[in-house]
Amino acid sequence: MGVLFGNYLPELLSGLWVTVQITGVSFVGALILGTLLATCRISPIPPLRAAASVYVEIFRNVPLVALVVLVVYGLPEIGLNPGFLPGVMLATTSVGAAFACETLRTGANAVGAGQIEAARSIGLTFSGIMRDVVVPQAARSVIGPMVTLFIGILLSSSMAAVVGQADLTYTASLINNKEALGLITFAVAAAAYAAISLGAAGVGAAAEKKFRVLR
Amino acid sequence: MNAHAMFDTAGPRAQRWIRIITVLSVLLILGLFALAYYQFYASGALAPSKWRTFTEPGTLRYLGTALKNTMLAAGVAGAAALPLGLLLALGRLSKVLPLRWLCTGIIELFRAVPVLLIIYVFMFALPAYGIEASTFAKLVIPITLCAAATLAEVFRAGVLALPRGQTEAGLSVGLTDGQTFRTIVLPQALRIVIPALVAQAVIVVKDTAFGYVVSYAELLQSGRVLIANTGDLVQTYLVVTIVYILVNMLISWGARALDRRMGRTGARGLSLAAPRRMGGIA
Repeated sequence: MGVLFGNYLPELLSGLWVTVQITGVSFVGALILGTLLATCRISPIPPLRAAASVYVEIFRNVPLVALVVLVVYGLPEIGLNPGFLPGVMLATTSVGAAFACETLRTGANAVGAGQIEAARSIGLTFSGIMRDVVVPQAARSVIGPMVTLFIGILLSSSMAAVVGQADLTYTASLINNKEALGLITFAVAAAAYAAISLGAAGVGAAAEKKFRVLR
Repeated sequence: MNAHAMFDTAGPRAQRWIRIITVLSVLLILGLFALAYYQFYASGALAPSKWRTFTEPGTLRYLGTALKNTMLAAGVAGAAALPLGLLLALGRLSKVLPLRWLCTGIIELFRAVPVLLIIYVFMFALPAYGIEASTFAKLVIPITLCAAATLAEVFRAGVLALPRGQTEAGLSVGLTDGQTFRTIVLPQALRIVIPALVAQAVIVVKDTAFGYVVSYAELLQSGRVLIANTGDLVQTYLVVTIVYILVNMLISWGARALDRRMGRTGARGLSLAAPRRMGGIA
């Protein structure tokens, strides 16, 4: 433990920083792209609905490792070079967006049709219904799944290690190669992941409690 | 879908707008495809010579074996994770506090840690303690552990989803706690989680792609070996990735079909959207 924190704290922290960067960028990216996809999927425009469905179907079923390898090593072959870290972020965002889309769609559908009919019958416009009836309720029911999505993206950020980027997971193996510290290095990395996950879950639970609808 | 409730039937003006946007979006989608096609074409990735290897029986046999290895790893991991997950769930539901804490700890640990980190533990850390796992075990054990932790939560969700009245009825006819759980709660809980369990299989299949890291000859790793021989990098990874997607789509469709069927027969399947480890995205 002493050796680990004495000599390798900066490396661990920079690995953690890479993990946080990938997670943050991918999560925000997945939310934006996922919202766009969900909008397409509930829109009255058939080709947009179809395209978004196909996208979701493909990216929900692709192994992220395979996608990361394809993006990072494959795209340069056809003249697009995203680079390593952005490539990992791109792959993680693409997959995360498919899950975000489904989460948001489920959330929007969770608001009962009766409420929307009621809102329309008292004369609210479409944007009024969205703003005052659907979104506030859907947003609440989506908090939990969004935390799950965040944790999923956090864990998925370890794909960076597959293409040799020094995230938390890769840093742990690097330190382990230099110094035979056994399990301890990995335990520290695991604790860091667990801490972020639990933190996110805590924030989510607090938010859910704060915004809970009392019925 | 709420769409019916949300929108009026479109009038003439709205219909015109819908038509215009439809045309524009078709153009946009076609444009994106054209762009992708151009990228492939301009870089020479579409040259027939680059794809010829996939028409050779040797390559196809090789990929067939790779697919078999993928299914083998996924099958073993899935089969091992089921009983392990059930045990963990029972432990977490137990009234014996130390057992409950232990199982909760194990479940939460393996849900909060990337599979890859555990694979690294098996590759780099455990050998220092004299534990040398085979390539297959280095891949399958970590996948099993993470899958079992997730499945444990699915099982637990199934048990908790059963109405309290079931347990109360069992107890009131004089069954003991254990009997009630074994003969009334568990069978029903297992039944309602079946679609969710099938959906979890997708995650296990995806995780087997880590064979690329441990050099187990599943699809992705075999693709890499193939590329070392042919040099057809994008083509091979694309083909391999598509095979993964097709396999997983089949499983997902199966899960949804099961869910629908169970919905019809009255035993409402536990929603497939039930808390799943988004490691699913891995």
